[in-house]
Amino acid sequence: MPVQAINDNYQGEVLDAKANFAGNVIIYFGWDEHLMFCAPKAFPLPPQMTFADVISQIMPEAFGQHPEFNEIDWSQAQWQLDRRPISPKPEQTLAELGADHKSCFRLRTPGLTGYKGMGI
Amino acid sequence: MSKVYIALQDNDESRYIVEAIEQDNPDVTIIHMPAMVRVEAEGKLVVKRETVEETMGRDWDIQELHLNLITLGGNVDEDDDCLTLEWNS
Amino acid sequence: MAKKLNIKEKYRLLTRDLDWEFSYQDRKKAFPYEEFEGIKITDWSKWEDPFRLTMDSYWKYQAEKEKKLYAIFDAFQQNNGHLNVSDPRYVNALKVFLTGVSPLEYQAYQGFAHVGRQFGGVGARVACQMQAIDELRHVQTQIHAMSHYNKYFDGLQEFSHMHDRVWYLSVPKSFFNDARAAGPFEFMIAIGFSFEYVLTNLLFVPFMSGAAHNGDMATVTFGFSAQSDEARHMTLGLEVIKFLLEQHEDNVPIVQKWIDKWFWRGTRLLTIVAMMMDYMLPNKVMSWKEAWEVYFEEAGGALFKDLARYGIRMPKYSDVIEKEKEHLSHQAWWTFYTHGHAAGFHTWIPTDEELDWLSEKYPDTFDKYYRPRWELAKELEAKGERFYTSGLPQLCQTCQIPMLFTEMDNPGEICYRDHVHEGERYHFCSDGCHDIFVDEPEKYVQAWLPVHQILQGNCGGPGVEEVLSEYYRMNLGVDNMDMKGSPDEKRWKQWKGVA
Repeated sequence: MPVQAINDNYQGEVLDAKANFAGNVIIYFGWDEHLMFCAPKAFPLPPQMTFADVISQIMPEAFGQHPEFNEIDWSQAQWQLDRRPISPKPEQTLAELGADHKSCFRLRTPGLTGYKGMGI
Repeated sequence: MSKVYIALQDNDESRYIVEAIEQDNPDVTIIHMPAMVRVEAEGKLVVKRETVEETMGRDWDIQELHLNLITLGGNVDEDDDCLTLEWNS
Repeated sequence: MAKKLNIKEKYRLLTRDLDWEFSYQDRKKAFPYEEFEGIKITDWSKWEDPFRLTMDSYWKYQAEKEKKLYAIFDAFQQNNGHLNVSDPRYVNALKVFLTGVSPLEYQAYQGFAHVGRQFGGVGARVACQMQAIDELRHVQTQIHAMSHYNKYFDGLQEFSHMHDRVWYLSVPKSFFNDARAAGPFEFMIAIGFSFEYVLTNLLFVPFMSGAAHNGDMATVTFGFSAQSDEARHMTLGLEVIKFLLEQHEDNVPIVQKWIDKWFWRGTRLLTIVAMMMDYMLPNKVMSWKEAWEVYFEEAGGALFKDLARYGIRMPKYSDVIEKEKEHLSHQAWWTFYTHGHAAGFHTWIPTDEELDWLSEKYPDTFDKYYRPRWELAKELEAKGERFYTSGLPQLCQTCQIPMLFTEMDNPGEICYRDHVHEGERYHFCSDGCHDIFVDEPEKYVQAWLPVHQILQGNCGGPGVEEVLSEYYRMNLGVDNMDMKGSPDEKRWKQWKGVA
């Protein structure tokens, strides 16, 4: 049963429907082994944004405060999108990568394992 | 057997109630913490009106317990003469 | 002279003879909420309140409790009791309490007033009515107690406005909204049983004892005064569950599902209490882990052993819950510390003595996972770069807490769960929150997630600063940011005459 309700066929209003974000989609980014950031972060982004722009504009905003951020070799970075491994090319857009509203990227940076190698 | 427990505010009235509980339930454990006192027993614990009246030296209604009660654990049964806490398992 | 009635006779007269039969009206229309949850009640007269409290005794003892309580508030205020707290950092726990917990007392009042009308049995209605009045008393006494602190400390002035809007306060608010939007029997299992019987003990007993240990006479007094009612509420919660399980065997799986849901919801909600215990009480009584072992594992374990004869088992994911006691408080305080710019109270790096206490209390986890975070924070602070994280966090669709919880078999990795419902993707902090959503998606698609509301432009803006100051009504630079250098800290030093 989709809900235990006193009225039949009760349907809830989807408060975070894509249409409510003025053409953007919500995309989440998490950086594994870097718990200096307590949780992944949320950004409203145009689906046509290229991955190159994600790297150059969004990543510094999301994770630039980490002491290891400037050491990241983006060519070696490993990505997951909604739990599937992907190999994004810089010119691909979020939409072309298959990222849709409320998709979640996880970043792993081989060799960089956080403050003092402690996953922080 | 699981432990039942009762915790009371640490004050003058509770002192007599705890004393009465100790008399009627010789195996209880008394734990003092800031501002409170916790009484634990294996399986069962009884608070008897008569004993509390003796330790306090005055009439005492079993429902007055509510004034100093903080928490308890166990199935409760209360009548005019006593409050019982008990686990069935 | 007429014989004085004993407690049992008085209770019987109140709860049986005052009810009536529906001779010319449809009983189902009088109690429209009683059947849709699938709970079967065959005989309301089997309902028994073990305290057998009648209204006359109720008013008598409540009046006496209030007199004692307000006499202490008077003494506290007349003697500038706020100057006796152990450390001004402590008052920040009260800010969390007043904005996060006291409004829940009001929601509990509303919830019990509602179910106190909707149950067909008069014994249950009387007990819920008393509890509704108790809950109203709790919110009032808490506001009165805190009003003294509001004269001397920042961050207490807009508590009810903040409760409705601030990002982290959507966690407690939505918890109670969820319970109140459910049917009356689920509400009783959610609040009467799961919350009152096991979980509120953790807030009102060890935390209040901690308040006493930190010199806060007002809070320990309202806490224990409230808790004296809670002992009755706990007993009601236990009676409700036994009553439902004895009424019909078909009730057992429904009740079990609610227990699974509400113990999980409750443990998530208590994350903030874990943090208050371990990080916000400068004088320590016991660690969150120790409190959890006494009040959840031991007391809850005894309870579930007792309920096993009805076919009820421990709540689902109890194994995860047991492991999480080692981590919750540390993950939560780090989240608030790093979001200290967006919190309505002050945060800080624990002192070296406090860090050592945490290592001692959490020998298996603190040094390995959490101490390095504070070393990093100290390094940054020493460079003049006190760390406030940028951006907005991803939230769990069910509990609305940022996705800060980690995998219990790999505590260094964030726990990611998701589910697609009708083409829309939803994210969860845990299997527990995932399962709750999947069971009733049409309820939780409606979640008012603060981060998404901000990004939709529904909370003012455009920047986070405007959201905080205008929409949340935080005094920026006063209510929020680090304890170090705060107006609270400066005033405290003036009062105490220290540099």
